[in-house]
Amino acid sequence: MTDKPSRMQALYAWLDERLGLSTIYKVVLDRKVPKVNWWYTLGSATLFLFTMQVITGIFLTVYYVPTPDHAYDSVNYIMQDVSFGWLVRGIHHWGASFMVLFVFLHMLRVFYMGAYKYPRELTWVIGVLLFVLTLGMGFTGYLLPWNQRAYWATTVGTQIAGTPPIIGPWITRILRGGEEISALTLSRFFSLHIWMIPALMALLIAVHLYLVIRIGISNPPSKDE
Amino acid sequence: MSSHNPHDLSRRDFLKVVGSFVGSVMGLGLGLPLVSYFVSPALEVQGGDKWIPAGPLENYPIGQPTLFTFTLTKKHGWEKTSQSYGVYIIRHSDTDITVFSNVCTHLACRVRWHDDQEQFICPCHDAHFAESGEVLSGPAPRPLDQYEYKIEDGTLYIHLVEG
Repeated sequence: MTDKPSRMQALYAWLDERLGLSTIYKVVLDRKVPKVNWWYTLGSATLFLFTMQVITGIFLTVYYVPTPDHAYDSVNYIMQDVSFGWLVRGIHHWGASFMVLFVFLHMLRVFYMGAYKYPRELTWVIGVLLFVLTLGMGFTGYLLPWNQRAYWATTVGTQIAGTPPIIGPWITRILRGGEEISALTLSRFFSLHIWMIPALMALLIAVHLYLVIRIGISNPPSKDE
Repeated sequence: MSSHNPHDLSRRDFLKVVGSFVGSVMGLGLGLPLVSYFVSPALEVQGGDKWIPAGPLENYPIGQPTLFTFTLTKKHGWEKTSQSYGVYIIRHSDTDITVFSNVCTHLACRVRWHDDQEQFICPCHDAHFAESGEVLSGPAPRPLDQYEYKIEDGTLYIHLVEG
């Protein structure tokens, strides 16, 4: 290395002075962590899966159409005619199942290690909300291919949502956007699936990560405690 | 860091290298298919050529530009779409005919024949074309496109080439 900084270094220094890049790097990636094991990677794995779902999901909307007359055909088109359509939808399909699994395992790890205790209660509560929203993504996404399985799964699911007394029938109606499953159900599930729930999740993930970085992760519990 | 030999790779540097390698492979592995995914339908070549019957020759009075329209159904992705076409047919004699596309050569709006001015005029940016297809005024860069034609048993056919 020469004494004079290279152009790239100069550019980095210029940006760093204004954006605080090296501070971000230090705080986010160079933060102190206790000696931990592989179970502590489940949160990152979930974040990775979420990112993949976002990317593949955005690309699926290039061809997918949320109307009863075209939904099924457009999914078929993605699977059979679009190049790598099978890959994009395949990742989204399997990623969805893996995401539920990984969120759950991540939650189990936090639970068994007692990592939800003071001062990390809020991280836990937000995590539980994220778990529920993940299930919501699974539920709303399942209807979108508009095949027999999707239709009947949503029939059953919205019926189950209607089991509480008094408010039950209202919940079913609101979920379906009317008396029965129709074009309105499909479009509202689509909207929930690609806008409302993901936006809420992104916000909560940001807070969740902020708390993880701010408070740090907990030591694995030891025998003496 | 315990290593003293400066040529030894530290654990941190090793992980950086491996991490960025694995990251790049995965990024390319998904990124390139995504580009192809987005672009692929656009590169599909549809079309070829067709002879479109435009009816008996008597339908077209001599010297009078007459609009003939037809629609073709095409498959776009999951849907069949009908596309409409318009051509101006000018019969000069029983064998000599001109078939103009009504697509403006400027920005693809549709031109219309104005009897009073004896010109084709495009409503979008006011391009004017003569009965011969020549540009008279306006932004059009070249004369109106022409179609090949043939006459069989008194019926006019237009050669539609696409793709």
